[in-house]
Amino acid sequence: MHVYLPIAEISVNVFLILGMGGMIGVLSGLFGVGGGFLMTPLLIFMGVPPAVSVATSANQIVASSVSGVIAHWRRGNVDFKMGLVLLVGGVFGSSAGVALFTLLRTFGQIDLVINLSYVIFLGTIGLLMLNESVRAIVRSRRPTVRRSKLHQHTWLHGLPLKMRFRRSKLYISALLPLGIGFCVGLLTALMGVGGGFVMVPAMIYLLGMPTGVVVGTSLFQIIFVTANVTFLQAINTQTVDVVLAVTLLVGAVIGAQFGTRLGVKLKGEHLRSLLALMVLGVCAKIAVDLVVTPADLYSVDFLMGHG
Amino acid sequence: MNGRARHFMIAAGLVLSAFAAIPAVYGKQDLVANLSDHEIAITTGFTGAKLLLFGAIEGEGQIVVVVTGPRQSVKVRRKERVAGIWINTDSMTFDNVPSFYAVATTKPLEQIDPDIRSRQEMGLNHLNLRPADIDDDVSMEDINAFREGLVRNQVRHGLYSASSGRITLVSDRLFDTWVSFPANVVTGIYTVSVYYIQDGNPVHAQTTPLRVSKIGLGAYAFRFAHNNAAAYGVFAIVIAVLAGWLAAVIFRKV
Repeated sequence: MHVYLPIAEISVNVFLILGMGGMIGVLSGLFGVGGGFLMTPLLIFMGVPPAVSVATSANQIVASSVSGVIAHWRRGNVDFKMGLVLLVGGVFGSSAGVALFTLLRTFGQIDLVINLSYVIFLGTIGLLMLNESVRAIVRSRRPTVRRSKLHQHTWLHGLPLKMRFRRSKLYISALLPLGIGFCVGLLTALMGVGGGFVMVPAMIYLLGMPTGVVVGTSLFQIIFVTANVTFLQAINTQTVDVVLAVTLLVGAVIGAQFGTRLGVKLKGEHLRSLLALMVLGVCAKIAVDLVVTPADLYSVDFLMGHG
Repeated sequence: MNGRARHFMIAAGLVLSAFAAIPAVYGKQDLVANLSDHEIAITTGFTGAKLLLFGAIEGEGQIVVVVTGPRQSVKVRRKERVAGIWINTDSMTFDNVPSFYAVATTKPLEQIDPDIRSRQEMGLNHLNLRPADIDDDVSMEDINAFREGLVRNQVRHGLYSASSGRITLVSDRLFDTWVSFPANVVTGIYTVSVYYIQDGNPVHAQTTPLRVSKIGLGAYAFRFAHNNAAAYGVFAIVIAVLAGWLAAVIFRKV
């Protein structure tokens, strides 16, 4: 059964989209990432124009994050105070990102910047996470090893504007989550992702938040950042395809429920090593595509709408 | 459409055309042609369309059918390997590029005078594709390479096609051919031109417009997104939030 997407202007198989949404949804519930880092490349691969893929992914991630956050909130795994500080930074960052996106597009280099950002960020984060989680798994198997400190103190803890985050058991400078929120927001708009794959490790390693509240809090702030991107893209580029987003989200919201349940049964370090492997896989695929000679060196860009 | 229906349509078309031809001097109408439909509606279930073009000729000759879609400006980009990775470097803009192009003939196109082929845009290598603004240092080879790249991309997306010698003439008089439109066609007015060629020169030509438009829910969504962008953005977010909340509520009970 095919459905014609009014904004993307192509015809796609409904069940393919539903299945893709479902798969992304499982990831979303499991890891607290929006799944955009997989969704956007998959949509482009299916023939959806890149601009439509980026904007529509953002719209769909709003839905899967809402359903995910409700499930985490019931378990008390959302630090709303931390989420609010993060999203203030995120809203500014994503607005700046949409402006940068528009600028790069006029130079014809947006695809390259998107792909390079994917390789750099996915590669770095994937390797860091894999390294850390594998060490944690090894450590947990050797019970005699002495327990490390809860978190190390660095210059980051000397910053002003200290705030107390009870749910996360932290007393840190508000500038830290504000800055992280801004950077992740920038990436969100530029790469068409929720930013969870950057946010989750940043919360764990930079802020020192307990793993339990990281996923729920990340999902909470992703809702607002992706909603901001959806709105700005709808106004600036008219590339949000509601029909595609709704079809994807039907699959995704169902998948997210299973993902959340599955996540409860897995250990934190196992979860992180799985996510790291997935992130590295996508990174490798994009890196290979950048290097391998393309089938056609020429590409076509129809300017203006319909004349 | 099955074979019988198709022949019925040809017959019906011929009868109608015959009546239309009567007021003119009898026998002067050497070419009559019509389309099975003059409108393609892009609905929610649209997966592309096929139209039957049919007609008849009087006398010896061959038929060339050219279908062109609305013309647009196109930027063609070329990739080069820079420091190991492929990057878009050069680009060339072409104006008045048909968004859709299909040509079908009874005999190989090469039998037609090249000047006429160029003038009437008969054949993929006779499309009138000129760069919008040429610098003096751009070589002819470069222009040709970009032009070929453009045509190759369009063929790959099913938007350009050439089926030389594909039309069959029944009893040297009746002809029909299918024109296929993929799901990614652009909306607008298309032109269907039928040329009747004798001794390499067109002696008759007939042009019919064809409208491709969006209708139904898809058309409404498209207009909403373009005419009322802010409201559409808010609508998209509200839908997403409701769907997410609904799913969480439903799954709590399971």
